[in-house]
Amino acid sequence: MTELQDYAERIEALAQRLGLDYYPVDFEMAPASLMTEIAVYGLPVRMPHWSFGVRYIHQLVRQSMGHSKIFEVMFPGDPCRAFLMDGNSTAENALVTAHVLGHADFSKNNQLFARFHAMAGGNIVETAAAHAHRIQLAIEAHGVEKVESVLDAALALEAHIDVGAELHRARYPEFTAAKGRVPETGFQSRFRQLPGADAPAAVKTGQVRAPVPPHSEYDLLWFIANYAPELEQWERDIFLMVRTESFYFYPVFACQIMNEGWASYWHARLLREADFLPQPLYLSAIKAHSDVVRPFASGQQTALAINPYHLGFTIWERIVERHGLERAREVRRDEDDFGFIRNFLDEELAQAAGLFVYETRPGDEIRVATKDINAIREAILAPKFNYGSPRVAATELKHDGSLTLAHDHGSDGRGLDVTRAKRVLDYVHRVWRRPVKLVTANDKNEAVEIAA
Amino acid sequence: MIRIAAETPWYDLFSRGARDWLRHNEKVRDAVKDTLPDLLASSDLMTGPGSRTVAVPVKFLEHARLRLAEAQVNQGAGQGRGEPGDVLQPGREEGGEQGQAGGTNDGEIRFVVELKLDEIVDWLWEELKLPELKPKRTATLDQAEYTREGWDKRGARSRLDRRRTMKEAVKRHAIQGGAATTVIDDEPISLVNDDLRFRQLVKRPSPATSAAVIFALDVSGSMDEAQRRLAKQFFFFALQGIRRQYAKVETVFLAHAAQAWEFDESQFFQASSSGGTVTSSVARLALEVMEKRYDPSRYNVYFFYASDGENAAEDRDEARATLADIAGQVNYSGYCETGGVATFRPRDTQLAEIFSELKTSGLAVGTSHLASQDDVWNAIREFFTEQSKE
Repeated sequence: MTELQDYAERIEALAQRLGLDYYPVDFEMAPASLMTEIAVYGLPVRMPHWSFGVRYIHQLVRQSMGHSKIFEVMFPGDPCRAFLMDGNSTAENALVTAHVLGHADFSKNNQLFARFHAMAGGNIVETAAAHAHRIQLAIEAHGVEKVESVLDAALALEAHIDVGAELHRARYPEFTAAKGRVPETGFQSRFRQLPGADAPAAVKTGQVRAPVPPHSEYDLLWFIANYAPELEQWERDIFLMVRTESFYFYPVFACQIMNEGWASYWHARLLREADFLPQPLYLSAIKAHSDVVRPFASGQQTALAINPYHLGFTIWERIVERHGLERAREVRRDEDDFGFIRNFLDEELAQAAGLFVYETRPGDEIRVATKDINAIREAILAPKFNYGSPRVAATELKHDGSLTLAHDHGSDGRGLDVTRAKRVLDYVHRVWRRPVKLVTANDKNEAVEIAA
Repeated sequence: MIRIAAETPWYDLFSRGARDWLRHNEKVRDAVKDTLPDLLASSDLMTGPGSRTVAVPVKFLEHARLRLAEAQVNQGAGQGRGEPGDVLQPGREEGGEQGQAGGTNDGEIRFVVELKLDEIVDWLWEELKLPELKPKRTATLDQAEYTREGWDKRGARSRLDRRRTMKEAVKRHAIQGGAATTVIDDEPISLVNDDLRFRQLVKRPSPATSAAVIFALDVSGSMDEAQRRLAKQFFFFALQGIRRQYAKVETVFLAHAAQAWEFDESQFFQASSSGGTVTSSVARLALEVMEKRYDPSRYNVYFFYASDGENAAEDRDEARATLADIAGQVNYSGYCETGGVATFRPRDTQLAEIFSELKTSGLAVGTSHLASQDDVWNAIREFFTEQSKE
């Protein structure tokens, strides 16, 4: 412990000398069980929901099969909160310390992270714990079934926020300005000029009730919280809590490759320059590094997934090598994975890393499809579009309170999985409490309506 | 400055993951409960003690999210050796499971919930909104039981009620000590003979708590496998319902074709015969069993008979007489007729006629027709609602 503390302080001094810029980091040693839970919940203390229980069991199974080992988790903020696993060796934890500093630098300076920080403050761990507490109070007040049905709906729509919009967002204006003044007819202008006629009292033309929503609304959590006809206050709260956490998760999601790559770049560099580390410890740390930053499991020739640590690390090394550290810092500030992959993953790199696009056909046959760079980029980015979810918007709120959702199947390329969509709609209906329908397309590109 | 906090031992004390996992399992049980009727068609659960459990394999519940429909061809990004056209994983026909990381789909893991039979039956009773059975009144008188009632200052040592005795002592102490009710100090309270209280026992008649259930099944050639299964299900749930009510339930399994035999449960449903159908044979055997082992004045006897209704024509009068004899003695006799809806029935079968005659003559008789699984629930509902009306 003291040994690690000593290394950690010196690694940090080195990091500052190399120009890493970050909020203070609180490190905490945690047992493996808590690390597992953080991997499942995304946050150390988060609202209870049965679906996390399922993920928890999956995670335990994966860990017991050795597919997944957790080294570190880090929550950006001011201060950042990082958890080290107490079962890891000093070498591993020295590596993790350096890795976390890379994340800390990234999350203070990247525009997406900085934007969330500005909107929600830098204490997501406490915020989420407070949410969990409020939901616990709601369970005590209203019973677990009621709270659960609200969470069923809110968490199912977790990714359906408008990341471009503000976290704290006002309702739509109630009225729209009238559409311009009606031009005067010749008769009216002559009549007005007649002597003795009073100027007509200003006709109230400005007040036209705006339709709700005034445009397709993709922030479904916000829309339901604000416009569901019969939602109670505590239910609105739950929707908004889930939405806040979703805003928090977005930069983590959208910058995963960059962020992990950046942290890997820095842990490698910091360790390389940390001449105070004893040789054996350095060696085991570097061994741990190469385990993390390898494209496929040992003994395998290919992987059907991209290791974000490896890909990001490779791209960052190249950027620093070709354009210098200053340019790398600009990229770290300005881009997310979309810009990062499209601008900096070039043919040469892709070839060196052996990237390809594969296809899974009915019958589960898997073939390498192409090595075209554009196809590779899109295949990497495809799961990241729109927060990894289909584009579904609220399009109409009728006078009877019924809600219409529309799936933008044109831009998604195909329709929704109807069985699941129906179940999500059932969740939504339970909180909306008026008819709800969802329009999407079937495999023949004909419109399909699902109702609940 | 990096602060490395001390280890926090409380992290180990409470697992959120486990909490949510338990909640998930609770929901699974509820889901199982909803599909209960489909689950219970198999295995011989009938005579075992009530603590038996049924293992039901279930899938994880899925929290649905909006997702795109499955594409014909799925694309993904991969890494490693491989040129366009290379097969990375052969189709399902040739190869088995490939141990490829990253392919852990949801729903691959199944688990088993153990359900107690008692619990299942409780759910079912809730679900069907069934009332509790009433024991027969005539059977209530001859059994007497000692029950506790009141206290006395004298009695056998073994019936000393220590709590009562101490209360008395404290009371007396408080009165005698005058204002000394402040705090009970360390000084022990002494007991005198007057403080002692003994429980008293009183002899009370109590309702008979034992029941005997006689199941009779037609196993003649015309009863096919499906019909027997329906009969078995009906028998099973009727028995469970009766078990809920009585402390001790004994069962008798009779099967018949032209002749009747007694079986134990394990063989009961396997028994089959190619002979004709003579209902009076089984009715006579049932009467015999009642006479020898389950005197209806001491037992609550239930008689259930399942048949396809086609009794030999020459047995008609005999069958009516014996069945009427049974119906007159037992708490209730139930007749369920099995047979698909497709069966062409110009009129009631002989047995259906007999039983409805018995019913109109005021005996506690119920009839039902079992053609499908749903009919079993209807029959159960009918039987138990009628029983509680009496």
